[in-house]
Amino acid sequence: MTKTTNMKKILNISLTLFVAALLVSCFDSNRPNYQYMDNMYEPVGYETYGNYEIFPGGQEAMLPAEGSIPRGWQPYDYENSTAGLELARAELKNPLEVTEENLAAGGQLYTIYCAVCHGDKGDGQGILAQREKFLGIPSYGDAGRNITEGSVYHVQMFGLNAMGSYASQTNELERWQITQHVMNLTAALKGEPLLVPVGKDSLNVNTPQMVTTSGVSEATTDEGEDNNLEN
Amino acid sequence: MKKVNYRNLPSRLSLLLLVFLLTFSTTIFAQEESANEAEATEAQTPPAEGVGDVAAGETLFKANCAACHKLDKKATGPALRGVAEKYDREWLYKWIKNSQELIQSGDALAVKLFEENNRSVMTAFPALTNTDIDNILAYTSAPKPEPTVVELPVGGGGESGSGVSNNVILGALALVFLLLVVMLFLVTSTLKRIAEANGVTYEEKEKKMPIWKAFAQNQFLVLVTSIFLLLAAGYFAYGWMMQVGVDQGYAPVQPIHYSHKIHAGANQIDCNYCHSSARKSKHSGIPSLNVCMNCHKNIAEYNGEVDPENGYTKEFYDAEIQKLYDAVGWDEAEQKYTGEEKPVKWVRIHNLPDFAYFNHSQHVTVAGIECQKCHGPVEEMEIMYQFSPLTMGWCINCHRETNVNLAGNEYYAKIHEELSKKYGVDKLTIAQMGGLECGKCHY
Repeated sequence: MTKTTNMKKILNISLTLFVAALLVSCFDSNRPNYQYMDNMYEPVGYETYGNYEIFPGGQEAMLPAEGSIPRGWQPYDYENSTAGLELARAELKNPLEVTEENLAAGGQLYTIYCAVCHGDKGDGQGILAQREKFLGIPSYGDAGRNITEGSVYHVQMFGLNAMGSYASQTNELERWQITQHVMNLTAALKGEPLLVPVGKDSLNVNTPQMVTTSGVSEATTDEGEDNNLEN
Repeated sequence: MKKVNYRNLPSRLSLLLLVFLLTFSTTIFAQEESANEAEATEAQTPPAEGVGDVAAGETLFKANCAACHKLDKKATGPALRGVAEKYDREWLYKWIKNSQELIQSGDALAVKLFEENNRSVMTAFPALTNTDIDNILAYTSAPKPEPTVVELPVGGGGESGSGVSNNVILGALALVFLLLVVMLFLVTSTLKRIAEANGVTYEEKEKKMPIWKAFAQNQFLVLVTSIFLLLAAGYFAYGWMMQVGVDQGYAPVQPIHYSHKIHAGANQIDCNYCHSSARKSKHSGIPSLNVCMNCHKNIAEYNGEVDPENGYTKEFYDAEIQKLYDAVGWDEAEQKYTGEEKPVKWVRIHNLPDFAYFNHSQHVTVAGIECQKCHGPVEEMEIMYQFSPLTMGWCINCHRETNVNLAGNEYYAKIHEELSKKYGVDKLTIAQMGGLECGKCHY
């Protein structure tokens, strides 16, 4: 064994190690991968949540212009105060008809947004209450609590005490559907009769001004299934 | 000619040493098992003050007051520690049982307190007896317990210490091993030199044709090898080129360390709670900070499981909550928004190329697919990463395998009936409904 072969071996080994290290270090989970033809990947228009110099702070996500109103939005006249809450409690009524669809939708939404704290039954024993993240969440059935449709809707709209507003996560229709479900839970906790759904015939009759869950209906009607029949 | 006994010594010995190292490496980790002897010293409950029962008061406090009051921090209502010393006991009875009545009767102190707290109405508690209130006040008068100071250094210090020592031991062993190898080489070379000096001659190798020359002369071998090399190179090149543009496993560092493991896993908050637009729009949406504040207005510190080995301590999480407060402009002491907002620059992980269209609501609401089907076990991710490759083949595969969800969706009823007749199947897959047409996703 001569010195030169030794040196060569060492050189080879170190070269392999170096290449291996280089390969490993290339897989950086902190950076997105390389792309072929990025012109086809990057949109010409401004992308949702994109970062573009033209916007203040580079943010594509901005607040709507002041005074703009979402399509189908209805003004809500009760102010965010104790007086407004009391007024809504007394006179605001649910414009939705009690139907099985509304109750089912309300139940689903309740599970998503409310049940973590208020519990599936509305008894204030949601998972966050059990894990003591939130304490002292009252039950809907507590004596002395005057829960009406109006107060439930108003509290979803503006929040109350430790509870925040849910107006950004739900639309008007959804809040009223949740309200129906909450009224049902309250009645169940107090042992009162539940809301009775009306027949399916009268569906969608008395809510012409209501926002529909636009995204869903569009998504379904967008499908061009008919094309396939001709194949 | 003498026989040299231990010519292969270096390699054999190094193998032996490796075996030695491996046998003992298990015991290195065994140290971790040493039980954490330090018993958590329980916060000593101070003796009752003669006026109320602290334990009963704690239960009452958590059930009735804690929704709005904290002991040491202002929440919806003022902090309550030591409140019994500040006000007259009889006045407190009246206030707690029905504060509005007291305010309307014109009690100066009551009106002042009402104004100081943003005129938020305190719920009346007519059902609480004076003894109940005494118990609650006893609880609020209890001195602040300081158990954390005792607990932390023992538990945290011990664990991190064993982690460090493990690394040190491993490093030292590796160093020793390396030194041994070097020494062996040195010893053999010296031995050789001594042997040569003593006149021992080595068996000289016969001059053979070098193997590479023999190889080069065998043309068949060269051909086969070059074909094999070409195929292998093609295989690896294909594999490498197919992963270009695929961001599977992409896990960028976010400006605020938001743990899906804590929120969606431990606390079981529904994905749709924060990503509310996934139900009804194309994008699932990065939640705006007011959604965070729905809960974090109330939750200013972390009290869940910690993982100090990875640096996820309570202090770490508390600092992240503070980052949220800074960004949204929340003054914790005053419980008010200051109006100084700093937008958080979240790094978007899941990105489809511009030429592909994907709609969340179609998948979440219409098809009713679980979020985890595409996004993986998000509820176990401390750091969010891209689980699926999001390639076209991946999309198509699912469209071929999944049946159309018809339940409660009359829109599909008629077309489903006719197509299932045409294909002669009971249930249609999405592909059979036209889910593979180019125009569905590329426009």
